[in-house]
Amino acid sequence: MGRAVAEVALVEVSKRFGAIEAVRALSLAVADGEFVVLLGPTGAGKTTTLRLIAGLERPDRGSVCIAGREVSDAPPAARDVAFVFQQYSLYPHLSVYDNLAFPLRSPARRLAEDVIRRRVQQVAELLHIEHKLGNRTTALSGGEMQRVAIGRALVREPAVYLMDEPLSSLDAKLRAELRLELKRIQVELGTTILYVTHDQIEAMTMADRIGVIDAGQLLQLDTPRAIYERPLNAYVARRLGMPAINLIPAELLGGASPAPQVHTIGARTEHLRISTAHAAGPVAQVHWIEHLGDQNHVHIDLAGHPLVTLADPNQPLKVGDRVSLELADPLYFDKSGNRIDVAGL
Amino acid sequence: MAEIRLETVSKTFGALAAVKDVTLKVDDGRFFVMLGPSGCGKTTTLRMMAGLELPTAGRILLDGEDVTTQRAAARDIAFVFQLFALYPHMNVRHNIAFPLRCQNLPRPEVRRRVEETARLLRIEALLDRRVGGLSGGDRQRVALGRAIVRRPKAFLMDEPLGALDAEFRRLMCGELRELHDRIRATTVYITHDQLEAMAMADRIAIMKAGMVEQIGTPQEIYDRPRTMFVADFIGAPPMNLLNLETAVHRGDRRLALDGGAIEVPEIQEDRPAGPLALGVRPEHVSLADAAALRGRVFGTEYLGTMQIVTIVTAYGQVKARLSSKTAVQRGETVGLALQRDRLCLFDAVTGRALQSALYNGACRG
Repeated sequence: MGRAVAEVALVEVSKRFGAIEAVRALSLAVADGEFVVLLGPTGAGKTTTLRLIAGLERPDRGSVCIAGREVSDAPPAARDVAFVFQQYSLYPHLSVYDNLAFPLRSPARRLAEDVIRRRVQQVAELLHIEHKLGNRTTALSGGEMQRVAIGRALVREPAVYLMDEPLSSLDAKLRAELRLELKRIQVELGTTILYVTHDQIEAMTMADRIGVIDAGQLLQLDTPRAIYERPLNAYVARRLGMPAINLIPAELLGGASPAPQVHTIGARTEHLRISTAHAAGPVAQVHWIEHLGDQNHVHIDLAGHPLVTLADPNQPLKVGDRVSLELADPLYFDKSGNRIDVAGL
Repeated sequence: MAEIRLETVSKTFGALAAVKDVTLKVDDGRFFVMLGPSGCGKTTTLRMMAGLELPTAGRILLDGEDVTTQRAAARDIAFVFQLFALYPHMNVRHNIAFPLRCQNLPRPEVRRRVEETARLLRIEALLDRRVGGLSGGDRQRVALGRAIVRRPKAFLMDEPLGALDAEFRRLMCGELRELHDRIRATTVYITHDQLEAMAMADRIAIMKAGMVEQIGTPQEIYDRPRTMFVADFIGAPPMNLLNLETAVHRGDRRLALDGGAIEVPEIQEDRPAGPLALGVRPEHVSLADAAALRGRVFGTEYLGTMQIVTIVTAYGQVKARLSSKTAVQRGETVGLALQRDRLCLFDAVTGRALQSALYNGACRG
């Protein structure tokens, strides 16, 4: 099979719980070997989408295909997927080895013990937990437990891994470590992963493509860079970027608008030039400087409208400084929030 | 308003020394954050300030008055736990008024204080709503209202935002700090989240194993960590620590590497040959073809404006914060330039920072 084959394909899938339409006509294809992240806030429909693929929910409409096979009516066990949940869900009375071996020992598989041993050993090495195989899972740290949980999915070789915020219960440092490792493992093994999170950093750093999802709808599906640089609308633009993009009413920026239908100007740090010299352009005032260490955020007041941008370490600004703003290739949005492609005008 | 002072305070539980010889001062009106991993003694320290634990040794002073053995109720301090503890069957007004009712204040006084508090928190419109139907953010504001309505001398907060997701926590951080700027009550706040500490604190005390590692402004702690523990605990990603093995002497301005040298702030102490750690923040690493320090790119993490590039060198792994416009390929070999005036050097055995021009302020700018 070539890489173009979709391992998972959703076509116009909808799912309703009572009055709530959790997923609305959602279409999505994840290619073989691809890492797709669904990014959205709590309640956006991310987890329901995963559960529909896993067969834990049945769609009201639309179809689900896995590895080219229509599975909308197939039970979970008949679908070739492995699910990693947010909570570790390990067997506390078993050793790390037995937890990892468990999925391979299911009666449906009947693998020989030496085959199992080889697979467990391989996965443990990949996850750097080979020295813990004899331990009880209760004696592990949080990061190790989550590695075992991921490992338990990896020992199987399903068509697709479904991961539901698997890192969100870990502390910041471990999360950063596992992010990089998960990506390394995925690249090394060429596995297909559909991953859901509300954490934009996870999405940006791991995904081949991000699907931005809100209120049950897939708003945009593209590479992290494309979504960051060419968001479909102002909502998507706000989902990515730290500090968040500044959405400034066009009239506050006077002559900066290239077309009459521009209603809002989207300015990220890299689109804003600040000068303390009295250059041309709108004048604003430094309201607050937030020292976050690696990132210092400058809060600026532009005629009552707050802006946040990254401080340039080579340009010392003080609270109260009057500054002039200059825009360099910002984003433009129309009245309903859709981005206007200025080059195409 | 209050100044809180701890003098060589210790607390042991059986064989466990939870807090060891902690001396610190929280100035009146300041937002003071105690930061550290779980089990570092920060909560025990806070509980002693509140009067919920008695110190085994040492003194606690509140506005200069020794309150070491005074009970919690006599200290006029409000303790804020995880913010969600509201009475679901009561409306917002009654929830906020509850602590005043317990003090048997006259009704008009209660009403006035509740309305003033609601104004401060910008939740006037919610006063007659039931707590059950409120959004997470509004519930947090109501819980906070119940703490500030008493107007205590000081607030002690134990990870009040711990249960929230990252994005919302960031929003509430901003609100808490703004509220603090409006009422200026002395606040001691505990967290294990360095970003929360950096965003809110006037001063941070970093704790480890019952002891204070360093106290300073967020910027001091970030720029001039006194120990490797502090260097590694602060920053996302944290400071890179490169393993070197060499002797250093007073007046040295460079460290020898295989095939070159790294320039460092002038060293101000002598140390015989032994393991050292060279500390460099990811934003002070840049790519430079000619640099002596070389490594292989292990991975890149795109963050929009910036990217984090992980490079494996002979001295350990280095993470660099670079512009996303810099093209980097996984697997390629790159040279790394380190911003000389920002480098720290640690004794890798004791973890202590070596004296250098960086710490004595002679090197900046």
